[in-house]
Amino acid sequence: MPGKLKVKIVAGRHLPVMDRASDLTDAFVEVKFGNTTFKTDVYLKSLNPQWNSEWFKFEVDDEDLQDEPLQITVLDHDTYSANDAIGKVYIDIDPLLYSEAATVISGWFPIYDTIHGIRGEINVVVKVDLFNDLNRFRQSSCGVKFFCTTSIPKCYRAVIIHGFVEELVVNEDPEYQWIDRIRTPRASNEARQRLISLMSGELQRKIGLKVLEMRGNAVVGYLQCFDLEGESGLVVRAIGTACTLDKLSSPAAFLPACNSPSKEIKEIPFNEDPNPNTHSSGPSTPLKNQTYSFSPSKSYSRQSSSSDTDLSLTPKTAPYPQGARIYLCPSSPSLSCGSLHLKKSCLLLSESSLPPHPSSLVSPVLRKSVSFSEELFLAASGMGSGSAGKEGGPFKALLRQQTQSALEQREFPFFTLTAFPPGFLVHVGGVVSARSVKLLDRIHNPDEPETRDAWWAEIRQEIKSHAKALGCHAVVGYSESTSICEEVCILSASGTAAVLNPRFLQDGTVEGCLEQRLEENLPAGCGFCHIPYDELNMPFPAHLTYCYNCRKQKVPDVLFTTIDLPVDAAVIGKGCLIQARLCRLKKKAQAEANATAISNLLPFMEYEVHTQLMNKLKLKGMNALFGLRIQISVGENMLMGLASATGVYLAALPTPGGIQIAGKTPNDGSYEQHISHMQKKINDTIAKNKELYEINPPEISEEIIGSPIPEPRQRSRLLRSQSESSDEVTELDLSHGKKDAFVLEIDDTDAMEDVHSLLTDVPPPSGFYSCNTEIMPGINNWTSEIQMFTSVRVIRLSSLNLTNQALNKNFNDLCENLLKSLYFKLRSMIPCCLCHVNFTVSLPEDELIQVTVTAVAITFDKNQALQTTKTHAEKSLQRASTDNEELLQFPLELCSDSLPSHPFPPAKGWLTVTVEKASPVGEGNFRNRSSPPCANSTVGVVKMTPLSFIPGAKITKYLGIINMFFIRETTSLREEGGVSGFLHAFIAEVFAMVRAHVAALGGNAVVSYIMKQCVFMENPNKNQAQCLINVSGDAVVFVRESELEVVSTQQPAANCQPSCTGGEVTT
Amino acid sequence: MTSELDIFVGNTTLIDEDVYRLWLDGYSVSDAVALRVRSGILEQTGATAAVLQSDTMDHYRTFQMLERLLHAPPKLLHQLIFQIPPSRQALLIERYYTFDEAFVREVLGKKLSKGTKKDLDDISTKTGITLKSCRRQFDNFKRVFKVVEEMRGSLVDNIQQHFLLSDRLARDYAAIVFFANNRFETGKKKLQYLSFGDFAFCAELMIQNWTLGAVGEAPTDPDPQADDMDMDLDKEFLQDLKELKVLVADKDLLDLHKSLVCTALRGKLGVFSEMEANFKNLSRGLVNVAAKLTHNKDVRDLFVDLVEKFVEPCRSDHWPLNDVRLFLNQYSASVHSLDGFRHQALWDRYMGTLRGCLLRLCHD
Repeated sequence: MPGKLKVKIVAGRHLPVMDRASDLTDAFVEVKFGNTTFKTDVYLKSLNPQWNSEWFKFEVDDEDLQDEPLQITVLDHDTYSANDAIGKVYIDIDPLLYSEAATVISGWFPIYDTIHGIRGEINVVVKVDLFNDLNRFRQSSCGVKFFCTTSIPKCYRAVIIHGFVEELVVNEDPEYQWIDRIRTPRASNEARQRLISLMSGELQRKIGLKVLEMRGNAVVGYLQCFDLEGESGLVVRAIGTACTLDKLSSPAAFLPACNSPSKEIKEIPFNEDPNPNTHSSGPSTPLKNQTYSFSPSKSYSRQSSSSDTDLSLTPKTAPYPQGARIYLCPSSPSLSCGSLHLKKSCLLLSESSLPPHPSSLVSPVLRKSVSFSEELFLAASGMGSGSAGKEGGPFKALLRQQTQSALEQREFPFFTLTAFPPGFLVHVGGVVSARSVKLLDRIHNPDEPETRDAWWAEIRQEIKSHAKALGCHAVVGYSESTSICEEVCILSASGTAAVLNPRFLQDGTVEGCLEQRLEENLPAGCGFCHIPYDELNMPFPAHLTYCYNCRKQKVPDVLFTTIDLPVDAAVIGKGCLIQARLCRLKKKAQAEANATAISNLLPFMEYEVHTQLMNKLKLKGMNALFGLRIQISVGENMLMGLASATGVYLAALPTPGGIQIAGKTPNDGSYEQHISHMQKKINDTIAKNKELYEINPPEISEEIIGSPIPEPRQRSRLLRSQSESSDEVTELDLSHGKKDAFVLEIDDTDAMEDVHSLLTDVPPPSGFYSCNTEIMPGINNWTSEIQMFTSVRVIRLSSLNLTNQALNKNFNDLCENLLKSLYFKLRSMIPCCLCHVNFTVSLPEDELIQVTVTAVAITFDKNQALQTTKTHAEKSLQRASTDNEELLQFPLELCSDSLPSHPFPPAKGWLTVTVEKASPVGEGNFRNRSSPPCANSTVGVVKMTPLSFIPGAKITKYLGIINMFFIRETTSLREEGGVSGFLHAFIAEVFAMVRAHVAALGGNAVVSYIMKQCVFMENPNKNQAQCLINVSGDAVVFVRESELEVVSTQQPAANCQPSCTGGEVTT
Repeated sequence: MTSELDIFVGNTTLIDEDVYRLWLDGYSVSDAVALRVRSGILEQTGATAAVLQSDTMDHYRTFQMLERLLHAPPKLLHQLIFQIPPSRQALLIERYYTFDEAFVREVLGKKLSKGTKKDLDDISTKTGITLKSCRRQFDNFKRVFKVVEEMRGSLVDNIQQHFLLSDRLARDYAAIVFFANNRFETGKKKLQYLSFGDFAFCAELMIQNWTLGAVGEAPTDPDPQADDMDMDLDKEFLQDLKELKVLVADKDLLDLHKSLVCTALRGKLGVFSEMEANFKNLSRGLVNVAAKLTHNKDVRDLFVDLVEKFVEPCRSDHWPLNDVRLFLNQYSASVHSLDGFRHQALWDRYMGTLRGCLLRLCHD
């Protein structure tokens, strides 16, 4: 099914001077799509040419429309010699291929050259006419919507969430082709940019096809990455979650009220009457409490035998029987095992050694895989204790079966989402992750990416089996990454094992009252914490207690996840960013030896990273981590581990114990003194942190009138006192006695260092909070001021004979200083929170460490923030429900307005209005454009944020995905201000190009923005540097909430708003 | 451990006003850091010197990148690389073009040439303004001069349109450009007591009344085709001024003029007798200044002459400002009653402006 692509070149401005003699430029434009090229006339002697070209028309297949970018090249005409290129613009026309997104791309684009950067701007209008109007995309994958956002996009409703889609394409890297020896750096860079653009188009089309096969219409949480494998090639891979989405503007979306998320949300907070079921289960509560008090000893005893369980659970991760296996038990020397729980259930290293014929080049010469599954805690199986009430058990079992069957049909029951529709997430097990070290094969056949496919399939299989071991059949918050150094590549995958509600997973499920009743049974805000695995057959040692919120089901004492904090989770106090940082030296080695060395180091690193995380979490007085992301990067002579997560205090989980320090030589008096001094410092820090993050133990908050978690808690208390008055005392004793302290044994300087480093993390200055998740627990009164930023630091390690300690310290300082700088720079925004703080670390060269941070600073209203008596859960629920109300009301009003003039179904009517309104405005601008720019007009503001929302605003339209790849190179590094000047300018240019593309689509913001890659290489001796940046996000139109009321009464204004904004750019 | 690279890029470009000021004042990064430390910022924020260093570097880098755009302010508004709110853009431009009083007094009326630029070292030493800042200010003058030099229409409007300056600043630049173009001498010792504001005031009056642009400028006739040059003095007008000489050359006319003024001012002036004694000298001075303006050399010395011939005699006799005003008013008005004098319009055009200037110049 072909389409017609139409392009018009309007004008240029601020062009560089190309003719030194006249200080002017004779510019013309080449417009290329596929193999067809058109040219404009030469506009003589002007830096602001007005081409006003005819419409260039390309008749093309829709496959090409998806794969190919539109290439616009601006050149300077030269009569006697070759024309000089000024720069290029690549335009991805994908957003024009589906009906709900943009209808026209029109605006000023920066003209980009890989050597000189941005050189002026060009005004372009692009349209696509697709034939076959009705049902126009069914036969191809254009029309499938892509979202980077890792939750259901704001103005859509998920009808079905189908599941995991993945694809990868491979090609030779132009930079490593023979021809690169004879061509200019510019030509080489452009070849690379073009190839990657082409590959991502192809990848997206292939993923789209898979989605259509699954009968979905969208990909959410789309994550595309590049692996620059050097000589062995270029891999572009993507993962995502296929969904069937329904636009919320259609009234059909909420007619079946019982399905609509908004309804369910509203019911929870407003249902004041205690649930009858809860009452009836009353008598069992005291019983439960008694069991509870004895259970610790049981779980302890189980713990000791648990290593066997680990073994039995993990065979799948060692698919190569001939491989050596090493198990690392939690009781490694640096930690005393007695009362401590190691969250690390097991570390497993499976190693398959060389194949019989090492000379064989076809198969990877060596393969190592390290997998690691972390504590997973969760609920569904809790019915073993009979606590779920009469109905809960059977329903749950049923639910389980349903989910299981729904999920087991899938090869990989993975979801790249990190936030979910209400009711979707039933229980969370914990983090599952797998890593594998691969040698990149030198001989590479681009047409057969099977090796890469097989590698990832292997890792995913491992993840799946880990999830199973945790009693979960799904993995949420799933992501994949690689780290490459020379020919060694570490592949990593991680996610959160979970039990899901089948309702969203199947077509036409019998939705009925089943889940409805089930959900009533699930206490709000703690259900997801309940363990999903069988208490009697735990996959690893864990310390279980009854849920502190509902008192009915078992919960673990600590919960690690890769997802965002569920909106309805009951949280006490605020959260904070927690990082574990680690370096390990490694001998320089080649090929197999190198891979072996890395494989050997990995488990130790994983282990230490987790220990650090656990210690820091306890030091903060918190009991759960969200958004956990562990990055292991490989360099020539070292490995770096960086874990970031947001710590919170979940009301459902027990109060974390403190940290105890134990000395090895108790005889030495001064030593003892030192130890006790340290202990005191640690205790002080914990107390200080509790105050800082407003973590008041539930006992206290209970006494506050009109306090948070109120209902369930007070009830259970009441019941307890009815049955036995001494109960409470027992319970208190229990919880204190059980603060079984994480013991740190200081037996050598290493351990000392560790303790010191624990205490060196400085809390952010007052008025600052930070997290790496979407929302900060405990803060929800955001104002609309946001500032997205990227900060990059590279340090050179000075000494040649570095120790691990020195390395760790350097790395730690680097990260801490970076954070301090951020706090200082953003001090004018106080009170503010850094959200979605995303650290990436890489080792570009021998002694260089590069850390890149992207985050958004959002201010909030301090006055409201002080009212911490209201729980977050309550507030967020309210917010969610109002959100939904407004969301629904908005389109409704629009519909009623547009109905008279448009006798179609309202949804269609609305869309039509949009189109009609948008295009005239577009044309108007375009006509105005020929007049000289007036001095007072400014460029329209485009917001960028890594979050999926914009505080204080409603996203009214998604315009399509932004996925851009840029290369910048210089041979005059000093002249451009050194490495800092070079990269500073480049990143600013990348932002500018993203903004320009969004504005041209008619948008005014990018959400879910992410800088996926920032590869920087320098050669100061040659005065050269090169940088590759890959960014993506969703272009959207948003309307300020304050404007929303006005807008909804005057709907045409609302609809042309986006195009006006876009238009401003063009005047 | 050394930092090889250290950058921060915001989607909205962060502008720190204090650092911007330090940058404009031409301080090096290390000097700026030292000054910031002295301001007590470390204590207020709990930051370390290293953080401050990194922050200052970042801002300096941003300003350097912005500087190219600040040279043509409309570009700053249209460029896409830095997203800066309009109010901040205005602040950046305004501050960039703001100049130091001490500096402008040194170069006012000088040719904005390479030769003058070479003297900036001396000016820097003399004024205590860093050489870098002197260069920026000098280059700003020169740039504005170059852009508006050949333009028609109102000087102030042209400057405002091409440099997006505030009204106040645009007027100041108009004065600077006007002075540079006409090369008025302002550096002589006896002119040292005058401020830039005094000269700018005079420049504005002269632009309004004595330039080519002033001729066609009837309020009802905003003819854009009219020869509208604000930079150059009206040559014809200067030629015509010779005709005024008759006021002092013709003894009868001079006596009549004197008696008219004295009659009108008797009893109203504290310094009447001094005025009466000095009238002929003063009148001769003022009229001779007018008659000499045909020569470029004498145009340049306009202010020197005015001070020598009028301001200084008044000052030595301790005329109060109000008396000066009364005298000048009467002196200009009485000419209308001189029947034998035919150049009333010319006289008004000359004296109207001069009266304003002289009043402004009469202070200590």
